[in-house]
Amino acid sequence: MGEVTYLEAIREGLIEEMERDSNVFCLGEDIGVYGGAFKVTEGLLGRFGADRVIDTPVSETGFVGAAAGAAHMGMRPVCEMQFIDFISCAYSILTNYVATARYRSFLPCPMVVRGPSGGYVRGGPFHSQNPEAAFLHTPGLKIVCPATPADAKGLLKAAIRDDDPVLFFEHKYLYRRVRETMPTGDHVVPLGKARVAREGRDLSIITYAAGVWKSLEAAEILEREDGLAVEVLDLRTLFPLDDDGIVMTVKKTNRALIVHEDTATGGAAGEVIARINQLAFEWLDAPVRRVAAHDVPLPYAPALEDFVLPQTSDIVAAARWLAKY
Amino acid sequence: MAIALSPPAAPAGLTRSQLLELYYYMRLTRTLEERLVALYRQTKVVGGLFRALGQEADAVGSAYALDRSRGDILSPLIRNLGSMLVQGAQPLEILLQYMAKGDSLSRGRELNIHIGDLDRGFIGQISHLGDMVAIMAGVTLTFKLRKEPRVGLVYVGDGATSTGAFHEGLNFAAVQRCPLVVIVENNGYAYSTPVAQQTAAVRLADKAAGYGIPGITADGNDVLAVYEVTKEAVDRARKGGGVTLIELMTYRRKGHAEHDDQSYVPAGEIERWAAENDPLDRYVDRLTDTLGATADELDAINDRVRGEVDRATDLAERSAPPAATDALIGVYADPPVMPLQWYREGSDG
Repeated sequence: MGEVTYLEAIREGLIEEMERDSNVFCLGEDIGVYGGAFKVTEGLLGRFGADRVIDTPVSETGFVGAAAGAAHMGMRPVCEMQFIDFISCAYSILTNYVATARYRSFLPCPMVVRGPSGGYVRGGPFHSQNPEAAFLHTPGLKIVCPATPADAKGLLKAAIRDDDPVLFFEHKYLYRRVRETMPTGDHVVPLGKARVAREGRDLSIITYAAGVWKSLEAAEILEREDGLAVEVLDLRTLFPLDDDGIVMTVKKTNRALIVHEDTATGGAAGEVIARINQLAFEWLDAPVRRVAAHDVPLPYAPALEDFVLPQTSDIVAAARWLAKY
Repeated sequence: MAIALSPPAAPAGLTRSQLLELYYYMRLTRTLEERLVALYRQTKVVGGLFRALGQEADAVGSAYALDRSRGDILSPLIRNLGSMLVQGAQPLEILLQYMAKGDSLSRGRELNIHIGDLDRGFIGQISHLGDMVAIMAGVTLTFKLRKEPRVGLVYVGDGATSTGAFHEGLNFAAVQRCPLVVIVENNGYAYSTPVAQQTAAVRLADKAAGYGIPGITADGNDVLAVYEVTKEAVDRARKGGGVTLIELMTYRRKGHAEHDDQSYVPAGEIERWAAENDPLDRYVDRLTDTLGATADELDAINDRVRGEVDRATDLAERSAPPAATDALIGVYADPPVMPLQWYREGSDG
């Protein structure tokens, strides 16, 4: 078995779950005949037929709502947002209906909304967003942000099997840039368990999605140039958030830096910092810092985008400040 | 587009006992609501109270066209208490729900008829009512995918037809030819906004043309007309004929909710509808004038309804409110364990 890309890993996960459970079906814009804007669902229509790979009208509220109704009836729908930027079109139905159905009405709503998020690709303001924090605030949703191909597959399979609605934020920068050999067998990664992506003892970088790769690059530089042993914790899921994993790494290194590509204000880093304050404050030797995007819409020009999004050099600088504190 | 504004001559193919059952559900709706008003004034019904006075026929007649034995499912709007009763909700359950009791169907989490029970075929709506068209599109898409001969019925008001979710849900259902009936209750007002300020369309049913589906306008205060037009749409959906949009013309005689003084309504309008077009009065006349029911029969139904509502009220009043910490249970199937002090910093919980 050769290496597969992050994108191919997602497709493998979809195919395996559709083969395993006839209630799993996909719906979204251009996912059938065309195979999806990024070709994640390429080949699925031929393999599973038009009842299980449904090309929808351009109507995120319509097909997210339809997915929820189908989920009540025992189906396990997987919606594709062509770009995750369009999930905001379905914000109302996701937060008001999908997230509350179980609590209000005892109606299970096992569904996944997945799609490409993230920048570094010159996509401009509407093809680069990281909207996870907008949903992290909504009880009833689970939020997954995989960084590696194996996790993309294993977390997607767990998301499809989960009995609650899961938002699955793929990172388009990673789609074809990272690859690895898939674990054999039925590879399912449980939601809510962070992963130590790199061991270290001097400080911890807590991050997710593309931030993991930037942080690993930064950790290499910090080891080479500063002799620092940096631990990188890949959160994998923002909800459930792995408090134990966060506390463990903070207790080990006593210094924590949160890195995410989303804008800083109201971003997930604030929640992680609040939890560290509550659960491990006395273990800290320095204030917790964060590296995140500037609080602006994501601009198009390379010079602007590169400045706004966190870069490896930004992480290195913040880590040096923390290490010296 | 067919328009059926005049009452049908025949009693819609219904048996005599079915005709009386329709009366029972309409009377139960009105009597139960009157009880809810009394309880509201005693502050035993909390929050808002939304009435269906004058709209009982459209709720009861349409829901009666579904076949519960085949697993049909409906999603009501706030003025469809009658639909819920037809679909099997019990007066006690309704009272517990409005009184926010711990053993209500929503365990105190939701208001009025925002409640779901798939076994009995209802899905609780949310206040963003247009969304329910999309939800029911998915419910009925599943019927279609599984080749089950089941039908869904979703209610929205004239106001919801202006929302994007209504459009997206209806369009999706139409494209997929889902076995879905969409009822627009045109009761003249969305809160204080009259229909003329809601849409430039002459009839809300005209919107059906934009989705390539049949659109029908019917007299919502004639329970048999409502039943007939809905039954035809339900039968078409069950046979694979796709979605129908039905506009039921009715009138909201009370405010948006009990607090609303209806100062925006032209003088005399409410009184005119009450005097000339009350759905219960009309049906009583119809039953006794041409369908052979006797006053004694109807009185017996009235007595039965009063007894049921009285007994249910006694039981509901004895029921306890939910335990406060039950609020933390049930957001997820497999809840993340969060200690109480996580939410209340400084507490010892």
